[in-house]
Amino acid sequence: MTARRILLGAAGAVVVVGALEAVSRAGLVDETSLPPASTVLKEAGKLAMDREFLVDVGATVREWLLGLLLAVLAAVPLGVLLGSVPLLGTASRALVELCRPVPSVALIPLATLLFSSPAQTNMSLIFYACLWPILVNTLYALRDVDPVAKDTLRAFGFSAPAVLWRVSLPSAAPFIATGVRIAASVALVVLISTELLVGGDNGIGIYLTETQQGGGRTDLMLAGACWAGVLGLLANTALTALERVAFRWHAARVEGIA
Amino acid sequence: MLAITGLTHTYTGGHTALDGLDLTVPDGQLLSIVGPSGCGKSTLLRCIAGLIRPTGGTLEMDGAPVDGVPDDLAVVFQDYSRSLFPWLTVRDNVAMPLRRRGGSRAERRAAADEALESVGLHDAARKYPWQLSGGMQQRVSIARALAYRPSLMLMDEPFGSVDAQTREDLEDLVLGVHRTGKMTILLVTHDIDESVYVGDRVVVLNRSPARVHADIPVGLPASRDQIETRGLPEFVRLRAEVGRLVRGGARVPGAAPADGLPADRGPDADGQAETGAG
Ligand SMILES: Nc1ncnc2c1ncn2[C@@H]1O[C@H](COP(=O)(O)OP(=O)(O)O)[C@@H](O)[C@H]1O
Ligand SMILES: [Mg+2]
Repeated sequence: MTARRILLGAAGAVVVVGALEAVSRAGLVDETSLPPASTVLKEAGKLAMDREFLVDVGATVREWLLGLLLAVLAAVPLGVLLGSVPLLGTASRALVELCRPVPSVALIPLATLLFSSPAQTNMSLIFYACLWPILVNTLYALRDVDPVAKDTLRAFGFSAPAVLWRVSLPSAAPFIATGVRIAASVALVVLISTELLVGGDNGIGIYLTETQQGGGRTDLMLAGACWAGVLGLLANTALTALERVAFRWHAARVEGIA
Repeated sequence: MLAITGLTHTYTGGHTALDGLDLTVPDGQLLSIVGPSGCGKSTLLRCIAGLIRPTGGTLEMDGAPVDGVPDDLAVVFQDYSRSLFPWLTVRDNVAMPLRRRGGSRAERRAAADEALESVGLHDAARKYPWQLSGGMQQRVSIARALAYRPSLMLMDEPFGSVDAQTREDLEDLVLGVHRTGKMTILLVTHDIDESVYVGDRVVVLNRSPARVHADIPVGLPASRDQIETRGLPEFVRLRAEVGRLVRGGARVPGAAPADGLPADRGPDADGQAETGAG
């Protein structure tokens, strides 16, 4: 099953790369604005050994993880609080629904005003973007914990905090993890956008901007973009695998129902 | 002693499930509660367990009013599958409430294994609840309550989805635990035979809102046997009596009288049964 999926995925990628190659080679588009896929892949391979590019990747990954971590540290406890105290949950609902759709890119001007260093600006924007998927997933997961499961421990005389710790959190955990995974993808998009728009010293976005200076190297830009995609893919795959291992009970149950 | 006076519960939707129910259960009694489905049996147990706050009436345990969850209580829920934690193994599910009792992890595990053994599930200790059949899950939730060694155990249709043979074994297990453990047990069932077989006393509730329709002492010998006891003339008589009362309670929707006499509506079988129950 998984082998088949990997094969099909690889086949799909090969077909698309081949088509891009053909389009470029056939002269349908200008070779400098859309270089052949083979050239892009070759450059991407070279980039993997390029010290400067690796420094950029390192900077991006660092800000990405730090911003995500901060968001998890803030959003999970907040979500638990809002999800388990009905009064607070109701009171905060309008605010959450209002702030959630505001794109973080729209907050770039504000963030550049508030923070002096680009790294801080980037992390604050990631933080904002990640806050909502994690907060909302945590909040709803806590609200939807099976009341029979909670009553079971209550009837055995467990206190409300013990019920929260032993029933509500474990049963909400898979949904919280999904929120973190979604947030991780969102964060990468936001981070590279802010790097492109705000600038700074190091970062994949900075690298992409630099490829366009002095003549412009579209092949290098696309090669850098490929690596950004690979990062996103790796993060998603790793988190999905982690969820599958840690929450086997959840997957098994969902499959059982389906 | 558990003393319930005028217990009334109206759900937020406006549905009155219990209406002025009075019931006294002496320590160490095994009380069967029967009544038509939807009459309020689960609501009654949830009120006693302190899981819902009744809208009226009082609950007293040994003379002291209880507000909240009584001490040393175990509940076997009707929704057994929702009551087990899917992220824990069967053994850890059974051991979980024992955290309240203190003791080391090894002691808790040993107690859990012993309880699982008693319901015939020692092989399933390392499995997860969702890997078991419905009947097995139900036995796990019974084992969890037994391992806790409560002084009051509430069981809501605990044998609903086990096969006939296992059901008899579990009935005998509850009887055995009750005899040796001296706990008070309230067992809700819709099975009339079962209510007589396990009970020291059978309380019949009438159609929603629930009140005590009839209260019948079971004069069977304390030690019971699936074949012998069920053949006794007294068992047959009690079963017929409870059966008539349950059916009577079910036939008069909404207005089944707990104090008024069905005889008002004519000389039917219910009237005779109820007089018989005295
Ligand atoms: N949470 C609830 N909210 C509103 N009505 C309820 C709720 N739970 C039960 N009821 C109603 O109360 C009545 C008694 O329910 P229940 O105690 O579960 O009956 P039983 O256990 O005897 O089958 C039923 O009519 C049921 O629909
Ligand atoms: Mg019920």
